[in-house]
Amino acid sequence: MNLTLKIWRQSGPDAQGELVTYPVNDVSEDMSFLEMLDVLNEDLTAKDEEPVAFDSDCREGICGMCSLMINGEAHGPEVTTTCQLHMRSFSDGETITIEPWRAQAFPLVKDLIVDRSAFDRIIQAGGYISVKTGAAVEANNLQVQKHKADRAFDTATCIGCGACVAACPNASGMLFLGAKITHLGELPQGQAERDSRVVKMINQHDAEDFGGCQNLGECSAACPKEIPLNVISQLNRDFIKAKS
Amino acid sequence: MATSTVSKPPRVRTGKQGSTIFLKTLMAVTGVIFVLYVIAHMYGNLYKLFDGHAAFNEYSEHLRTIGEPMLPRHGLLTIIEVVLGISVVLHVYSAVVLWKRAKAARPQRYAVKKSIARSFSSRWMRWGGAFLLLFVIWHLLEFTNPKINVGDGGNGAAIKHDPYMLVVHSFNVWWLTLIYVLAMIALGMHLRHGIWSAAQTLGFTSTVRARTIANIVAVVVALVVAVGFVIPPLAIAFGGIK
Repeated sequence: MNLTLKIWRQSGPDAQGELVTYPVNDVSEDMSFLEMLDVLNEDLTAKDEEPVAFDSDCREGICGMCSLMINGEAHGPEVTTTCQLHMRSFSDGETITIEPWRAQAFPLVKDLIVDRSAFDRIIQAGGYISVKTGAAVEANNLQVQKHKADRAFDTATCIGCGACVAACPNASGMLFLGAKITHLGELPQGQAERDSRVVKMINQHDAEDFGGCQNLGECSAACPKEIPLNVISQLNRDFIKAKS
Repeated sequence: MATSTVSKPPRVRTGKQGSTIFLKTLMAVTGVIFVLYVIAHMYGNLYKLFDGHAAFNEYSEHLRTIGEPMLPRHGLLTIIEVVLGISVVLHVYSAVVLWKRAKAARPQRYAVKKSIARSFSSRWMRWGGAFLLLFVIWHLLEFTNPKINVGDGGNGAAIKHDPYMLVVHSFNVWWLTLIYVLAMIALGMHLRHGIWSAAQTLGFTSTVRARTIANIVAVVVALVVAVGFVIPPLAIAFGGIK
């Protein structure tokens, strides 16, 4: 298949960026989206042009490194990460617009790469449990109800890719926060720091210039791991409890 | 050079306006007060307007004397007005602060952006809310503390003290009825998203089932309130009430 790509090119954080049009021919529909970009970059390199900078790592949908706003949808039209998106989801002759995540909290580094370390700082603020290291305790000592274990596991699938922020009209990080709060809050190990955790993480979230949540649901719809919207309700509930 | 790494020093929240979730909670709680009030108001409109001139005016007078002698005349209404007044200020304040934060959170917009999940009503929360605020001011100047007279047939002063005639004469003016119908559509949409959003913000929707229920309640209340409010003006405009 032959495609026309409109890609955001920006040489550095403070440079002026613009959408540049590139034709890409003979794309196999079995290629992943990133492999298609690899083809384009080989082409550009051969022509002595600067290749398009984009993030990727595991390329199997589990690391959260890839991003990209593809035709206005975070990670493109399928419920998966960009690396697991295949070209069969597009049609021959299509024009595809590719932009980086847009958020004040995710400053642009180059082309399609943004700096998502704001998420790391939110985790550093409280998204952990404090344990004394030493001999491991017998795991079965800590009993966890099945439904709680399931919910903790489901929310722990969040890979921190930032699609929720990218898709949110307010660039809010609440789905990410909700996933982490629910994940740790459902487990016995998370109880001791439950109240302080939510307050610290919200404060860091706000300090990083993420916007507020309007409960629109765009985040959850864009999430490659299908984190449900009710984690945001859990987050609000924990926050109100911690404050009262 | 491939890419340069930008590292920023850790940031601490400096704003004195309260955390995002605090502001949202403020918005939700004041919103719930409005929902309860509009339901009571709508019930009052439907309750006596169809019973004729005397019954409606008697009901209007009754509202002023509720709670006597424990409360002074107009006592309960004054309490309600104060609560609603404070609520409006807090609701608008948190909306404005959050709106500003949202704008600052995405200074560079997307060239192409699709919305896949949000409801139609949710698109109009901010501008719809601003429209409703203007409408409420207009509505208060027209009926609660009459400064504007629409369609009084030259009897302005007399009509001011006759709630039934004030209402009937006003809604015989087609454009006024139209404004009210538009405002009630806006109110219905604001409630559709607002009620659901308040439930979510106050932490009542932590399960899939609770989320479904909150959405159903939001749609039902929005429809009931909008339709209930629109019936009297339309009945007057189309000659059902004279």
